[in-house]
Order: sequence, then C-alpha cells, then structure tokens
Amino acid sequence: MEILSLLGQGFVVALSPLNIALLLMGCFVGTLLGALPGLGPVNGVAVLIPLTFAFGFNPTSSMILLSAVYFGCMYGGRISSILLNIPGDEPAIMTTLDGYPMAVQGQAANALAISGVASFIGATTAVIGLSLFAPILARAAIHFGPADYFALYILAFATIGGIAGVDPRKTLLSALIGLLLATVGLDPISGVPRYTFDSFHLYDGIEPIVALVGLFAISEILMLLEKSLKNRPKAIPVSSWLPQWGTIWRTRWAMLRGSGVGFVAGVLPGAGASLGSFMSYVAEKQTSNKKGTFGKGDPRGVAAPEAGNNAASGGALIPMLSLGVPGSGTTAVLLAMLISLNVQPGPLLFERQPDLVWGLVASLYMANITLLFLNLPMIGIFTRLMMTPTWALMPIVAAVTFVGVYGISNSVFDLKMMVFFGLVGYLLRKMDVSLVPLVLGLLLGGDMERNLRRAMSISDGDWSILIASPISVGLYIVTVAFLMLSVWLAVRDHRQAKSAPLTEE
Amino acid sequence: MILRTLTTAKLAAAMATAVTVTAAPVSANECIAPSNPGGGWDFTCRTIGRILTDLDLVDGNVQVTNMPGGVGAVTFAMVASERPDDAELIVATSTVGITQIAQGRYPAPLGSMRYLAMLGADVGVIAVDDDSPIQSLEELNAAMMEDPTALVTAGSSGAGGWDHIRLLMVADEAGVDDLSAVRWVQFDGGTDAVTQMMGGQIDVVSTDLGEIAGFVESGDIRVLAALSDDPIPAFPEIPTAASQGIDVTGYNWRGLYTGGDVSEEEYASWVERLETLYNSDAWQTAATESGLVPIWRGGDEFEAFVREQADVMEQISRDIGVIE
Repeated sequence: MEILSLLGQGFVVALSPLNIALLLMGCFVGTLLGALPGLGPVNGVAVLIPLTFAFGFNPTSSMILLSAVYFGCMYGGRISSILLNIPGDEPAIMTTLDGYPMAVQGQAANALAISGVASFIGATTAVIGLSLFAPILARAAIHFGPADYFALYILAFATIGGIAGVDPRKTLLSALIGLLLATVGLDPISGVPRYTFDSFHLYDGIEPIVALVGLFAISEILMLLEKSLKNRPKAIPVSSWLPQWGTIWRTRWAMLRGSGVGFVAGVLPGAGASLGSFMSYVAEKQTSNKKGTFGKGDPRGVAAPEAGNNAASGGALIPMLSLGVPGSGTTAVLLAMLISLNVQPGPLLFERQPDLVWGLVASLYMANITLLFLNLPMIGIFTRLMMTPTWALMPIVAAVTFVGVYGISNSVFDLKMMVFFGLVGYLLRKMDVSLVPLVLGLLLGGDMERNLRRAMSISDGDWSILIASPISVGLYIVTVAFLMLSVWLAVRDHRQAKSAPLTEE
Repeated sequence: MILRTLTTAKLAAAMATAVTVTAAPVSANECIAPSNPGGGWDFTCRTIGRILTDLDLVDGNVQVTNMPGGVGAVTFAMVASERPDDAELIVATSTVGITQIAQGRYPAPLGSMRYLAMLGADVGVIAVDDDSPIQSLEELNAAMMEDPTALVTAGSSGAGGWDHIRLLMVADEAGVDDLSAVRWVQFDGGTDAVTQMMGGQIDVVSTDLGEIAGFVESGDIRVLAALSDDPIPAFPEIPTAASQGIDVTGYNWRGLYTGGDVSEEEYASWVERLETLYNSDAWQTAATESGLVPIWRGGDEFEAFVREQADVMEQISRDIGVIE
C-alpha cells in the first residue's frame, strides 16, 4: 500500500517536537476560537497567519498549526450554539436548531457529548477520505487544461450561491466585489496596470493576506466592540457534564449519514462547511423526522449537522491541495498563506512536497484524537473560557494583526490597506452580506481570468475550446445540477412555512 | 469608553513597535530584496549578505529588507528619490527587473542607478514534450518560419516578459518575420507550463532550466537548446543555441545595483568586494546548490551589458506591440 507508507512518512514529520507542540496549541486555540461567539474559523485562521510569518515557521509547520486551528474551530463552534443559542461560527448555525432546545430541556451534557462525538466521526471520515482521494485527484489533475480549470472555477462560484438562507443577490454582490478587486494590478498577460491609480503598491494587486486579515479580523474587532456595549448573553447552567451514552449511541446513523453528506459538500469547490452542515441537517430531517421532533431538541438534529460540518471542512482540503482550488472560505485563506510561502498547491504538490501533504494528513489524524479529548472530558474549561469578556480579547487580536501584517512586508501601505478592508468588511457585514464569496472572488478571480485567457491564447480566440474537453463538460453538468438543486431546495423551504429562521453570522 | 481606550492603547503600542522596526540603524549595510521573502531576489540578498559577513568584506551584518511592490518598481522609486547616494545600500535585481525598465514600467530610467555586478544566472532553455515530432532547434525554427501561428508556445512570463522575449530572439535570429503572430501562453511558473505541455495543451516551453530540471532528468521533456555561451555543466548533452547556428543567449542573471549618485570609489569598492565574494567557495557552492550557473560580469563591463540587454528587449517589445 503506497498510501500507507506515505502516511507513515507523514507521521514522522508530524511527530517532530515542534509540530506536536503546534498541533496541540492549534487544537486548543481553535476550539476556543470556535466556542467564542463570533470568531469563527476564517477569522481565527486569518488572525494567526501573520503570527506564523512572524515566527518564520516553514510551510509544513504553518499548515499543521492552522489546520489544527481550522479543525478545532469546527469542534468548538457548537459549544456556544448549544449553550448560548449563538452560533460560534457560520457552520454551527444548524446546531442551534436542536442543540439549544436540548440544553433548555436540561440535556446540555448530552447535546455537547453528541456533538463532540459527531464532530470526531465527521472529521475522521473526512481525513480518511483525504488520504484516499486527494492523491487520485492530484494524478487526474495533470490532464486539466486551462479550459478545465476555468470550468472548475465556475463550479466553485455556483456552489457559493448554494448556501441557503442567505439572500442570493447579496451573495452575488459579494462575489462580484471580490472579482472586481481581483482585477487590480498588472494585467498578468500583457503587463498593463489596471486600477492601480499610479500607485506602485498596487502593481502586484491586492495582497490577499492583507485583505483577508482586514476583512475578517479587523471587522470582527469592530463588530465585537459594538456588541460588547450591549448585554452579554447568559449561558444555560449545566449541572452535570456526564452524558448518557445510550442517547449518543442512538444517533450513530445520523452521524454517519451526516459525515457522508458533509464530505461530498466539502469536496465541491466553493461552499465548504456551511453547506455541509446545512445539507446534512436537511437530509437527516428528511429521513428521520417521523414524529416532527426536529427543531424541538432532537439529538439527531445535533449529530447530523455537526458530523456534516466537520466532514465538509476536511473534505474542502482535497480540492485545495490537489487542484489549488479551495473548497471553502477557510481553505481559501490557507491557500493564500501557502502561496505567500512560495508553495503552489496543485497536482505537483504531491510529488514535489510529499512531506508537506502527508505530514499535514498525519497531523490531522492526531488532531482529531486531541480534539475529541479536549471536547469531551475538558469541555468544562471551554464553557468557562467562552465567557471571556471581549474587552480582554480584542486588544490581543488587534495587536496580533497589526504587528503580524507589518511583519510580513514592513509596509505601512499594507497596514492602511488592512484597515481599509476592515472597514469594508464591517460595512458589508452590517448589511448582512457574507464575506466568504468576496474572498473567493478575490482569491480565485485572478486565476479564473488567467485560465480563461490562456485557453483563448491556445485556441487563438475560439470560444469553443471552453467546452471542447470531457472534463470541462462534466464540470459544467455538475454546476447546472447543483444550481437546479439549490433552486429546488429554496423553493421547497419557502413553501414549508417560515420554520427555523436562518440568519447568517 | 474604557473599552475603547484600552483598545486604542494596545493599537498604539502595536504601532509603536512597528515604527521602531522602521527606524533601524541607517549606518549598517543593507540589501533590499524588492519582493516578499522567498524567491530569487530574496535569495540573492540573503545569500550575498551572509557571505559578505562571513568573509569579513563588510563591518557587521548585512541587513536584508523586503520591499515588495510593482515587480521592483517601489524599491527603484524609493532609491532614486530618497537614497541615490547611500553607498551602504545594495539592491537585488535580475533580467526580470531590466525587462520592466526596458518597457518603461519603472518610474525612473535605467541610468538612474549604477549596476554593480551579476554573480550567477539561470539559463534559459527551449523544450518540447518527449513525444513531440520536433527533434531539433532547426526543425522548430522551420516550423515557425512556415507558419508562425502553428505552434502554441508558453512560459512563466506574460507577453513581453523575459521567457517570451528570449524565445522571440531565437525566432528573430532564425528569420521569422511576423513575431507578433507567434501564439504565447503565460503560466504561473515553468513547472506549470511543462505540466500543461505534458498534458498536450501546448507545444513549446521557453523558461529557466533551474525550475524544470527535474523534468529533464526524468526524460519527460526534450530540451532543444540552452541559451548559454557554453554547455551547462549539469547537462552537458544539451546543445547550445549558438552551436546550432542561432547566436542568442538568454540568461536570467542575478545581480545588484546601487544608487546613481554613489561616488566612483565607493562603486569600485563594491565591485571589488563582490568579485572576491564571487570567487569564494561559499558563493560557488550556494549558487550551484540553488540551480544557478555562477557567471561574473562586473563594473563598467556589466553596465554596458545591462544597457545592451535593455535595448534588445525594448526593440523586441516594440516589434511585438507590447510597448508603443
């Protein structure tokens, strides 16, 4: 088994003292960031990226740290969903639907344990899937030409629109802003400056890391400053942390189904964990809601979306590593970091840097076990830390972002840029515009344009090259099928009365 | 209000740290890499800075600063306007930077700086897939002569970038008339271009050998010509273009410049120190390990070389319509 020996080498990398330390730290910080209302995985990872640059970690260690944070956020997000009825992050929205009612009924310990175990099952499924499928996809990706990559980007943008509950017009607006921002800088083919306003700082385009840290971290500071002036939420008191194992066992099929659905949603480029938890919940409700208990504290309604969002977040790493096309907002941030570290994800990454790929995969297996431990026996610590007042937290975040971003390039221009994007992010979030499509637009827009223009250069301007290969035709078919599915879901949800208000954080 | 004050205080503290970093001592030698960490210019500064210190050619350390922006234009503008006479400052540059200047994409002309030396180079190569019917540079040129649009060519630079221009220099020398008709596709690196060639999307790749050496060793691609004066030591079987009757070299050299108002003695002293560095085992090893061929051109000879290269680039850029 080639994969097993590669994975063995991966464990050698992952078990180095530095990487173990980073893994443990990442798991802890990730769970905490996930549990804190507001600071989700994208924000968490965006805040920590400048730090990894400042410490000068190599790409493998940086990826191990940030992926552990990413996975930890997915585990931790459910804690505040269940105890506060405030999702810790976007994908944890679905967990509030049944998790909070369970807590109200005195079942908090059960809800937390079920979601912890479900997270473990989902994430482990995803990592196994990552070990098996990513190398295969990477090998197939050699045959992807520019026209095929263009089709892949189209699919990515189509799946962003599939996140239900969000106004599709706002999603489209956000994606378009991102695409527009991606055109800033020297034209990649002819070298003509575009939208640079005669500033050389803009010649290389908008540095994605700077924009991301601004959009997510700075806007988060502004949002939380505003919130902290209002009343702080009260957590439901938990009398005992001991769950009933029988209840957990009864949700086993919901966990497995959720893992499967979530994984597929994660592998699709674009949408990621939010879509994963949404689809898992909907699918579980469809199969199991015989007595109408969903939404009133059904344990399966906690198990399915938690397994789903964790499976999706792992699945999203597959297209990111093997094709260089991120499967979710957070993997988009990770992609931006890898590129800044001169690592180009894509089919050749598996041949050129097996240590990075397999070290990461191995550390994710270890992260899941660590996180299970952190999230079952040690859950009490996080529920207390979750109540950390924002006045103590935000100054740290602010200091880390400013020092970190300045540390990357020593450029005051970058700091101004970051603050500018912080304000943009704040305004858009006040208008309930999700920032994930914007980030994907900014990050994928350049490559999408380049691949389109490469295809055009190859064909000497003949548009039919875009549908000339079976790969691109297949991708367009998946795109259309996906769009039709989301329209169908939206229409059906609309008919099924206004149950379960889906607000997006 | 307390909340806000606290945050502001922290921000101020963070900003203060930032400001202190900027105010690093100006008296030390400094090498600016006009790019982010990683990559060619950064390598030039860090390696040369380290060896200059190790060989006691400078007092103390050489501080390396990354100043990315505009493919080197931000740094070029800063040196021209603020530090033209700072003899303790050296800046990394390469063929890529000269291409930008030749096409008028820097805010100041070529002559506003003094070019010290090149210390090594990546050699340009022209390659086809191992299954390609084209067996030699002569056959490639014949195919382009017959129909310039017949082959899809690619490399890691945009239209008018160095990979594109050196391919056209070959075509020009062979007598291809309509250079602007040659189809050119830009990829984000020589590796990407070669992968696409192996996937059958494109026919010819022109790029630095260093980046694609792995594919040459594995036999996945056939190198038709090396654009160097002499055969490359690591690949002696690859014929040079000159040996096939096409007198074109296409080095992507790595070198340094300093401000235009630096005195003659200070300029000469830098050239001398860099030549000592070039002849050291430390540099020869470091350069070879990173895939460069050590090549020396320094002082006036180098300045003349840079001017001539810029002229050729400008001419070809004009021919293919990249500049007017």
